[in-house]
Amino acid sequence: MTAYETVIGLEVHCELATASKMFCGCPNEFGDEPNTNVCAVCLGLPGSLPVLNARAVEYALRVAEALHLRVPGRSVFSRKNYFYPDMPKDYQISQYDEPITIDGWIDIDGVRVGITRAHLEEDTGKSQHVGVGGRIHDADYSLVDYNRAGVPLLEIVSEPDIRSAEQAKRYVEELRATLLAVGVSDVKMEEGSLRIDANVSVRPHDATEFGTRAEIKNLNSLRSLLRAIDYEAERQWALTRAGEKVVQETRHWDEEQGRTISGRSKEEAHDYRYFPEPDLVPVEPTQEMRDRVRASMPELPAAQRARYVEQWGIGAEDARVLVDVPGLAEYAERAVAALDGTGDGSAKDVVNWVRQEVLAYVNESGLSPAVLSPEMLAELVGVVGAGTISRQQAKDVLAESLREEKWPRTIVEERGISQVSDESAIAEVIDRVLAANPGVADEYRAGDDGARKKKRGFLMGQIMRDLQGGNAQIINKILDQRLSGD
Amino acid sequence: MTGGGGARRIADDVRSGARTARDVVEEHLTAIAAREPEIHAFNLVLADEARAAADAVDEVVARGDDPGPLAGVPLALKDNMCTRGIVTTCSSRILEGWRPPYDATVVERVRAAGAVVIGKTNLDEFAMGSSTENSAFGPTRNPHDPTRVPGGSSGGSAAAVAAGFAPLALGSDTGGSIRQPAALCGVVGVKPTYGVVSRYGLIAFASSLDQIGPFAATVEDAAVLLEAIGGHDPCDSTSIARPAPSLLAGLDDGVSGLRVGIVDEMTEIDGIEPRVREAVRAAAGGLEAAGAKVDTVSVPSATYGIAAYYLIAPAEASSNLARYDGVRYGLRVDAEDVAHMNAATREAGFGREVKRRIMLGTYALSAGYYDAYYGQAQRVRTLILRDFERVYEQFDVLIAATSPTVAFELGAKTADPLAMYLCDVCTVPANLSGHPAMSVPFGTGEGGLPIGVQVLAPALGEATMFRVARAIEQAAGKTP
Repeated sequence: MTAYETVIGLEVHCELATASKMFCGCPNEFGDEPNTNVCAVCLGLPGSLPVLNARAVEYALRVAEALHLRVPGRSVFSRKNYFYPDMPKDYQISQYDEPITIDGWIDIDGVRVGITRAHLEEDTGKSQHVGVGGRIHDADYSLVDYNRAGVPLLEIVSEPDIRSAEQAKRYVEELRATLLAVGVSDVKMEEGSLRIDANVSVRPHDATEFGTRAEIKNLNSLRSLLRAIDYEAERQWALTRAGEKVVQETRHWDEEQGRTISGRSKEEAHDYRYFPEPDLVPVEPTQEMRDRVRASMPELPAAQRARYVEQWGIGAEDARVLVDVPGLAEYAERAVAALDGTGDGSAKDVVNWVRQEVLAYVNESGLSPAVLSPEMLAELVGVVGAGTISRQQAKDVLAESLREEKWPRTIVEERGISQVSDESAIAEVIDRVLAANPGVADEYRAGDDGARKKKRGFLMGQIMRDLQGGNAQIINKILDQRLSGD
Repeated sequence: MTGGGGARRIADDVRSGARTARDVVEEHLTAIAAREPEIHAFNLVLADEARAAADAVDEVVARGDDPGPLAGVPLALKDNMCTRGIVTTCSSRILEGWRPPYDATVVERVRAAGAVVIGKTNLDEFAMGSSTENSAFGPTRNPHDPTRVPGGSSGGSAAAVAAGFAPLALGSDTGGSIRQPAALCGVVGVKPTYGVVSRYGLIAFASSLDQIGPFAATVEDAAVLLEAIGGHDPCDSTSIARPAPSLLAGLDDGVSGLRVGIVDEMTEIDGIEPRVREAVRAAAGGLEAAGAKVDTVSVPSATYGIAAYYLIAPAEASSNLARYDGVRYGLRVDAEDVAHMNAATREAGFGREVKRRIMLGTYALSAGYYDAYYGQAQRVRTLILRDFERVYEQFDVLIAATSPTVAFELGAKTADPLAMYLCDVCTVPANLSGHPAMSVPFGTGEGGLPIGVQVLAPALGEATMFRVARAIEQAAGKTP
């Protein structure tokens, strides 16, 4: 445990995956040719006016349901005024004192993190600063792409309830899984769909007041989040111990140098001059709208994990991985469904395969269910469950299946692969191995736990090699008999 | 002063084939050629485009189709309304040469009704002013006396109608910018209920106050134009979800039995010219003679209108005008970095009055001052709205002065911004409340210059307002 406590609040900007932008009909698409998804409205041309995309409101209401947020009867858009070239109107349409949702929470491993508010706002364009430093101040020139200008954002602001970098990571993971589950965002951090600012302060464990906080911007990955918070907390604690004051400021995370750098200087401090956006009318979500959203809510990650633990008998960590990795839970559900009724193999087996083999393939080659279908996996698990082949053999069968694009059972039958389940055949091999290594059984019997484990492992290796795969249960039974001296 | 016949007459003639739209346009271009150098009503005369549009109208007639209620009627657009591919400047250096890629909704609607856009009219830069002297391209002069201002900010549109350059014009009214120049130029000018006419494509000055409306020589012509441009527009979120008001149908229904209130705070004011006050009373007398019940009424909060207006309008303007930063369009003055380029561009591109209002508005919204200025002004605005709503429980319409004075001489108030701001004392309350109001010519004052009487009505009360305006117009005709 550190000598101090870290206090963290997170602001998560989530791009909503609406078909069109927040205030105009332009496509909301990532990665298109610069300045192609633009019109008079999202370019803020003189005379243009915003019209609110009702889908963005609906998405905010979905998030409200998932994060236990309250929806006031009326919310108001405000203008946040500051000059920046990637902001076409030199103000951002955001929400200020009357956000669309307030006062929610999310549970992270038994700890409740409060959510102050989640409000709607428009995204800015993207600047590219060309020149030595890559920052606006030292650039030779800058290019601006307004495709992102006007993309709907939901800014989700947490209470300062988070106490470690790891917990912050878990908060983001849980939030990300939730946003994905309710279908409002693709939550791709690498594409900027999810962007995080962290408010970090430190204080002695026994303190009751919060320390002075710094806001760290530009956290584009969970790794950056972890590193930046740890770095910043250490930096602040070092200052505190040296009797210096922490300055309340914006700091930028420099991924390459692994440190936070002071952002805006004081003379550039912004007064955003918020005032109600006169071009838009207040948003007043109707009960009918909220009922419709409630009725269409999917199962949320926490409930989904609990269901897997209960119904499939898997561990909490297994359930978490299934739910956190996009597409994995759905894959497992389909495989379990395909397994159902065959009597061979269990949901737990499926999850083991999914977590180990399938995930490995996913990480390695971005395997899609089209290549290794859940039904194929179910067949493989079934074949193992029926005792036809061993788990080790099954891994080879899986590799073959993928290479030759054949079903596991076909591979097993074509190759005549099967594990030895005949007790007398197994006993024969075991006896031969024991005879070939006469001292080992004695050493096993005389040894302590560690030695026994080692000797037994050695014998198993020999036996398996000779058997070319055998029913592990039967082997264990006979080997136990032999080693106990019967 | 007006020539070429009224808008309705022209449209009837063109639709029936009695006159061609082309002939009508040529007559007006001739009038423009004769007097525009003196008046400077236009930033841009669209002679070729107008001829082509007129020919297209004539072809529709030749095919046996109906070009619409404004068939062949020349119409002047205030140069703060976007016209696709046609330079739109707001009379500002900062937008000089900018060609919008789209048409304002009102432009689409007047064209769809058969009108022929004949030019873009001069205005106070970004509609900020009451004399059209704040134009970067030089002042417009009053056709009744070219040594005098036409009023503002829609001075070019008012002068264009008064000089017979176009039977119809569109202006925008944020604090009186249609009604006051209409009064000073002796034409009819209407500020509809906020939300009746789409603001899409109107370059914003103060979004919560801006409203487009018609100029015409007669109440009837103004009604034809408002019917054509009004009605819901999905591109403007503040647009009211109703069709355009029906005005012509009941225009001559008379005022018998209507309850008319003369607003004390907008008539009996310091500095009002006696003949303007007399004109309001005479108009009231005319209405009484026509069967209306007339009384005086007090709207105490109206006296705070100017103070509230000159906080709210600049506050919104400071934000609306932020986008003129040299990055994307219009003027750019290069400098060592982006922030200095922004500043240099705005320094060079905006005139004094625009800068003054941006400063006022920025201050009013600043942290620590917001509540005392912008917040307080919004509370006053609510108070004014409530006061008017209460008064409208007892009166169907209100009448008042439009401008405390007749047209003043060029330069008379340019050195004194506060004196200029007080030109709007009778007009800003209707912008703050969002209610409709219009100015109707009624007699003349000092130097034979026109006087306007203002008619005000509750929200969406345009039909009644026009009936009363029509009755005042008729009463004015009887006045020697």
